[in-house]
Amino acid sequence: MAKGKKDIHEDDTALILVLMLVCFGLVMVFSTSSYKADQLFGNKAYWFIRQSIWAVMGTLVMLSISRFDYRKIGRMKGLLTVIYIGMSLLLVLTLLIGSVTKGSKRWLSLGPVSFQPSELSKVVMILFLASYLSRHEKQAKKVKGNLVALLLSIFIIGPVGIENASTSIILLAIAGIMVFVSSPWYKRFFAMIFLGAAAVTIIIGSRAYRLERLVIWMDPENHPKGLQTMQGLYAIGSGGLFGKGLGQSMQKMGFLPEPQNDMIFSIICEELGLFGALFVLLLFGLLLFCFIRIAMQCPDLFGTFLVTGVTAHLGIQIFVNISVVTNTIPNTGIPLPFISYGGSSLFFLLSEIGFVLSVARHSRTGNLF
Amino acid sequence: MGRCKTYHRKKCLFLFLFLLALLLILAGRLIYLMLFQNEHYSKLALDLHQRERQIKAARGIIYDRNGVKLASNSQVCTISVIHSQITEAEKVIDFLSEKLSLSKEEVKKKVEKVSSREKIKSNVKKEIADEIREAHLDGVKVDEDYKRYYPFGTLASKVLGFCGSDNQGIVGLEVTYEDILSGEPGKILTLTDYKGIEIENAAEERVEPIDGKSLYLSIDVNIQKYAEQASQKVMKQKEAIGVSMILLNPQNGEIYAMVDLPEYDLNDPFTLTEGSTLTATQDQLNQMWRNSCINDTYEPGSTFKIVTAAAALSEGVVSLTDQFSCPGFRIVEDRRIRCHKAGGHGTESFKEGVMNSCNPVFMDVGARLGASNTYQYWRKLGLFETTGVDVPGEAGSIMHKLENIKAVELATMSFGQSFQITPLQLLRAASAVVNGGRLVTPHFGIKAVDELTGKEEVFSYTEKNGAVSEETSNIMKEVLEAVVSEGTGKNAAIEGYRIGGKTATSQKLPRSEHKYISSFLGFAPADNPIIMGIVLIDEPTGIYYGGTIAAPVMKEVFENVLPYLGVKEEYVEKTEEN
Repeated sequence: MAKGKKDIHEDDTALILVLMLVCFGLVMVFSTSSYKADQLFGNKAYWFIRQSIWAVMGTLVMLSISRFDYRKIGRMKGLLTVIYIGMSLLLVLTLLIGSVTKGSKRWLSLGPVSFQPSELSKVVMILFLASYLSRHEKQAKKVKGNLVALLLSIFIIGPVGIENASTSIILLAIAGIMVFVSSPWYKRFFAMIFLGAAAVTIIIGSRAYRLERLVIWMDPENHPKGLQTMQGLYAIGSGGLFGKGLGQSMQKMGFLPEPQNDMIFSIICEELGLFGALFVLLLFGLLLFCFIRIAMQCPDLFGTFLVTGVTAHLGIQIFVNISVVTNTIPNTGIPLPFISYGGSSLFFLLSEIGFVLSVARHSRTGNLF
Repeated sequence: MGRCKTYHRKKCLFLFLFLLALLLILAGRLIYLMLFQNEHYSKLALDLHQRERQIKAARGIIYDRNGVKLASNSQVCTISVIHSQITEAEKVIDFLSEKLSLSKEEVKKKVEKVSSREKIKSNVKKEIADEIREAHLDGVKVDEDYKRYYPFGTLASKVLGFCGSDNQGIVGLEVTYEDILSGEPGKILTLTDYKGIEIENAAEERVEPIDGKSLYLSIDVNIQKYAEQASQKVMKQKEAIGVSMILLNPQNGEIYAMVDLPEYDLNDPFTLTEGSTLTATQDQLNQMWRNSCINDTYEPGSTFKIVTAAAALSEGVVSLTDQFSCPGFRIVEDRRIRCHKAGGHGTESFKEGVMNSCNPVFMDVGARLGASNTYQYWRKLGLFETTGVDVPGEAGSIMHKLENIKAVELATMSFGQSFQITPLQLLRAASAVVNGGRLVTPHFGIKAVDELTGKEEVFSYTEKNGAVSEETSNIMKEVLEAVVSEGTGKNAAIEGYRIGGKTATSQKLPRSEHKYISSFLGFAPADNPIIMGIVLIDEPTGIYYGGTIAAPVMKEVFENVLPYLGVKEEYVEKTEEN
């Protein structure tokens, strides 16, 4: 125990918070999906069971990774590079042979299991960038070095962005934040944020349907396609202080399409009220706090960058999801971490958490090598 | 591998503060939406989730003055489909078209229409509805409903009117008293999912319907029946195109009976009575539902001499004993206006003039009265206004403008020609003449009763005094009694009863067609009338004199009605002795 300060450590707290969020997520997936599942499959637990299987598998993988010393990975520079290039190729492959859902090629089938490679790419990119940045500490002090690091992320962001703009924006933000943390400077990053915003504008402007979303965002109440946004707002707005009670949502009765997916937070608001919604935000805030503590306590740069990457991923995804649900920003499909239905998203997110826990555990015990 | 520097840690802290700021923005947004916009979105959401189902209120029952049901309700059902709940569309279409005897195309169109609820047919008999309910087809809904039912069918059809398929009054008293009869529908508010399927165990709000109030009319079913039978008899005998009759209480305006043959079946009001198999046009239907006692005007003819005589006596321009001479015509300006008796009545008193219904006498009296005095009395007797009767669609009178009245017009007006009024207007004016000068409002509605609470709302009607003087009224009763006992109206006399009245034979316009309306206006007992009636025979064939064909009809009615109303027989000789 490092200097015997306390018996409870950040990794224990983080693990408890993650398990709480996963369990809460399962409860909400059941609550939101049971009505439609009963109608469509005659089985209220149809989606719940699927999500539970992914949650159990994800948790097992998370615990395994947390026992594995992250520093070993940091040193495997060659292997990471190969995996990184392989990931990029896999994303290109998905564009060519992936299966189409809702007009986008995002899924890849491996036998009976299909998953979104873009979810895996987040883990791979965070690991690769953390390793790269920790090995190029000096270059990180120069703008050129920062730009090189960002350019490297294009191998992942590029192929993802073609079919899935929102995920590529998240990836860009993660990469930007990791580069930002690696550098001692502040001001020059404001310029980079400006560039990033320009890049985002280009991505948004490249497809007509994305521009339309902007118009809907401005006035969802009177736009014919603003219905989904409005359905979410009806759910949130009708929640009030304490909500209608768990399971009592009306909006999940088919008014809000696929309420267990990206819009699940609106049903949380409807059923559990402002208190429930703020409690979820509090859990997320505490988890982010734990992660930052882990990052700050880590003696080596690879661990720090790895944890900040995951923290950025988690934080941005929470922000984007809840902002979309509350119509704070234009609509884009990003799941709410730990809670939204979606197997590969949950599975790979838990794997990422596994690395964070590994950093917390193994940096605390000192250098074992 | 590099070591973590202080600036890296600061950056981590910066990242945390940045993410915390984002979370706080979200918290603020949530507080705004969920506390301050809560009402707005809750209302919108409730509109979306709630479905309203109406519970129909039973329409109020219409009773006659003795509590006999004239209009009541029978239970029927409404069949409708809910598009999103239908699972076997073909089966539903076949089954419903067979059971409801509708064409397959019609049912198919409604079944396939994407709407939350589509009505297939209303007013379906309960037995058929039960069969449909027992078939348990998904998406087919059977709702209990009420249908108006008129136990007497055609009785007083032009007065009562009927209701449409939505149980709303279409014509007649059903329209006038719509607000009282209709009640207030209740509703069930239920929560439904996006397909409109009610959610089980969800709390439902229920507002009970308030049934319509009962309406009591002044109509007496028995008197109405006597009136209808007598009218039918004469219509058949004289092959007339129509017979109308009104019986009312001249003291207060309560109408006992109103007949307007041909009547129609209130339980089947959209089928023409004339046996036409073709689909009735709206014009033909309107014609069939028309109540000529109220909706149509005519030239009253000699019955109007009651008004002229009352006005002249009241104004003092003539007394009963004034002498007139009738050569069988009068020359007015350049026109020769004939009396109905070609040879003339010779020398006669005013009273005899009335009894003989002598036109020259009335032309003279009219001239004495003058145009503006005439109109003053007409106005007092309500001839320039509608009667205010509670049946909708009353026609207004058609009169000369005062400044256009020259000697010829004044002469014809005095015996009831060259202007038009409704039979009810004439009856109202005559009532005022014999009741001491009170202009009453003829009416049917007596009171509304809330059956649940027993609360009664008695209707009040306006009455204006001083149309003619009490004295004039008494003289007029005496003169009109003489018309029946010794004059043109003697065919209406009933032994043992004192009856007053006046006959008329009106020419229908254009006069060249020689079509007539024969009428008789009578009242009894002559000294204190409690019933007054008018009968109009439209286009009788053969003999068309009112005194010959209309007076006996009223006699027949009075023979039944007077004993029914408890008027005792008394011998005219006896009263004369007194």
